[in-house]
Amino acid sequence: MGVFDVIGPIMIGPSSSHTAGAQRIGLMAHLIFNDLIKNIEVYFHGSFAHTYKGHGTDRAIIAGILGIDLGDEKIKQSLDLVKKKKISFSFRTIDLKDAHPNSVKIILSNDNKRLTMIASSIGGGNIILSRINEYEVNIKGKFFTLWIIHKDKPGQIAFITSILEKSEINIAYMSVFRKNRGKLASSIIELDQNVDEKIINLLKKQEGIKDIRFIPSLF
Amino acid sequence: MNYSKIEDLIKYANMKEENISEIIINCEMEESNRNRKEIIDDMRERYSTMKKAIKRGLKGEIKSITGLTGGDAKKIYNFEDNMFNNLYQLIIAASIATSEVNASMGKIVGAPTAGSSGIIPGVIWSLGKIYNLKEKDLLLALFTAGGLGEIVSKKTNLSGAEGGCQAECGVASAMAAGAAVELLGGRPNMVSSAFALALKNLLGLTCDPVAGLVEIPCVKRNGFAASHAITAAFMALAGVKSIIPADQVIDAMCDTGKLMPTVLKERAQAGLAVTPTACEISDKFGI
Repeated sequence: MGVFDVIGPIMIGPSSSHTAGAQRIGLMAHLIFNDLIKNIEVYFHGSFAHTYKGHGTDRAIIAGILGIDLGDEKIKQSLDLVKKKKISFSFRTIDLKDAHPNSVKIILSNDNKRLTMIASSIGGGNIILSRINEYEVNIKGKFFTLWIIHKDKPGQIAFITSILEKSEINIAYMSVFRKNRGKLASSIIELDQNVDEKIINLLKKQEGIKDIRFIPSLF
Repeated sequence: MNYSKIEDLIKYANMKEENISEIIINCEMEESNRNRKEIIDDMRERYSTMKKAIKRGLKGEIKSITGLTGGDAKKIYNFEDNMFNNLYQLIIAASIATSEVNASMGKIVGAPTAGSSGIIPGVIWSLGKIYNLKEKDLLLALFTAGGLGEIVSKKTNLSGAEGGCQAECGVASAMAAGAAVELLGGRPNMVSSAFALALKNLLGLTCDPVAGLVEIPCVKRNGFAASHAITAAFMALAGVKSIIPADQVIDAMCDTGKLMPTVLKERAQAGLAVTPTACEISDKFGI
């Protein structure tokens, strides 16, 4: 955390973990799904499950999913807004085993696609996204982040980093996860600089790159 | 910021003969690649939100949705009695004003969290008012508070769910104590003592909110933690030292947090949250 994470964020109360953190998790889902939403399923785990009504966690997550930013008073009307947009939504509780006490599983869907995300609100408004669909990830949303699904074979990472190097984009943190050797892997690359469409298109061209998602910084 | 121990931060500040706030600002400039003006402006924006929340809360026109909190800051602010020192009265009123705004889903600044958001602003703003201090000095104090909190955040998440209220109001109180010392002209060693004294004496504070809301005891607790902070600051400025160094107090807090039963860490399943009155409240609001 930097000094502005500790003295910050500017937010709507009442809770950093349960309101601001939840809203940021919703915003992450909104940015990753990046499409019109028809249905929202929210599953609360742990402390979230016990206290979500009192902390406005339900309103906060929906506000984030609708793209409403921290500090925007519209969060208070988010449940009305989502109904107006004719988006169906539900809140349930779930046991996510060893997950952080403030964790949530979100499923966003429309007729063509579906996103399942598991994320935790770890305090002070900070979040960790630990799962996107079937992939394990570790995204905190503090940097411009590239999430790339690619074949698990030599040269893939080198190709990605060489494109970034040519555009003078510096990598702050990077991790590569794979499920099975030789199948698909997911790379998370957190960057100091923004990435534009051109670079994403260049990356998409490489044989072996299955999917790319760019997540702007939430902080 | 690359300091992970308060001891190192103090050593460096002493060596450079600078206030802690200067060290923190320089670290932030380096880390974020931004200039001094941008960083100070960022803090000014946060302080502006803090001031607005205090003023809104002191007017007393807000109430939470449940109606359980709201209006007490105004009572305290307007209470006319010669027994209580002006600074003390203003600090408590301003802290509770902010936490009341927070509880009513108003706009505040997490410092370090929303539940503890009244403590640092309450102390800093009030000192500014009573001693007629310049805003630029109040902003510097906020950097000191932030730097101290950042060190704690490297060891543990600042959330009631993980460490109990000692990790939120305890830490905020300690941050405010340290910041107040610098603001009132104390040396870095005194900042560290104030921080340690404040945190040490809130160890074991649990998170057992009634009906799982951020209202009882949270709202009024901000007033207690703010007065606790100024107590620590006064002691430190008077030359009282903390025998246990700040970093060891932080470690003790982390250990205590891990040992704390889960039901007393923001699950609303024990303590105040299961008193007969709390159960009535939970039933009434269907929570």
